[in-house]
Amino acid sequence: MGWIGETVDSIRSIQISQLLNQAVSLGMIVTSALIIWKALMCITGSESPVVVVLSGSMEPGFKRGDILFLHMSKDPIRAGEIVVFNIDGREIPIVHRVIKVHERQDTGEVDVLTKGDNNYGDDRLLYAEGQLWLQRQHIMGRAVGFLPYVGWVTIIMTEKPIIKYILIGALGLLVITSKD
Amino acid sequence: MHSFGYRLNALLTLGVTTLALMCAMASFSDNFNHPSPSANVQVMNVNWFHKQSSGNDEVSLTLKISADLQSTFTWNTKQVFAFLAAEYETPGNSLNQISLWDSIIPSKERAKFTIHTKNKYRLIDQGSNLRGKEFNLTLHWHVMPKTGKMFADKIVMTGYRLPVDYR
Repeated sequence: MGWIGETVDSIRSIQISQLLNQAVSLGMIVTSALIIWKALMCITGSESPVVVVLSGSMEPGFKRGDILFLHMSKDPIRAGEIVVFNIDGREIPIVHRVIKVHERQDTGEVDVLTKGDNNYGDDRLLYAEGQLWLQRQHIMGRAVGFLPYVGWVTIIMTEKPIIKYILIGALGLLVITSKD
Repeated sequence: MHSFGYRLNALLTLGVTTLALMCAMASFSDNFNHPSPSANVQVMNVNWFHKQSSGNDEVSLTLKISADLQSTFTWNTKQVFAFLAAEYETPGNSLNQISLWDSIIPSKERAKFTIHTKNKYRLIDQGSNLRGKEFNLTLHWHVMPKTGKMFADKIVMTGYRLPVDYR
């Protein structure tokens, strides 16, 4: 009880200047996070530089909750690369490995077929109806780096939103009540 | 000044920073490994070879694949993904890459192997260009780390040729 009382008191005793100060520092935190994200987008050339693995189709290489760093360069796509792609009519992007590539002589366009390492068959069943190949525009990036477990934070937050609100509330309270 | 929140924050920051640094160092240490793998692939038999009703050539091969990928393993390696791809050029396509066989190698002990296998994925051309076609077989490997950067390399084996006639 004592801690809560103290907290309430400290909120009451806030001066206008202090309030402004805290608003600015909170703004700094939010904007710097945004700056880092946008800078990563520029450097990697991918619209989402970091993705969280959601399914077990690439096990045991990538498990649910692992994080992948993506890179999208002009380099042509080759067999064996792990790419992240979007299918028309599907919301969630898929992370799978390229097993076949056919690159046109004249236009340089590519036809790509993918497969999850842990799946029995290739991905034609996942593609849109009648779609046999992926083209360049479906591919959002290729995986270049890997970090285990960290993605669980976002999985938990999207599946149990209450935890997200508690966390944001606690952090907000901490910023408001901190005096340094 | 030294409230519970501050101490918790400092402890968390130190913990996360240390972990991140250790992950970065583990990934960086992979750069000091210079692997020297070897591979040998023989086409034992052309099981059948025909033109599909769609007009595309398809061929079925029996392969003997021997490889030693033990030197690609380091202490930061979770697994190595190895695959054999047929690679060739046709008048329409500047590159055709078709994976014929692949395998997840979970440990160093199992990275030296010899297997006889039919092609696991279908070798279908985009068109009818496979008769008498010269092609390369390339063994690729992708090193998947416990944490950090992924590595990939390959050995290209040249001088394979498909039969001149369907069978």
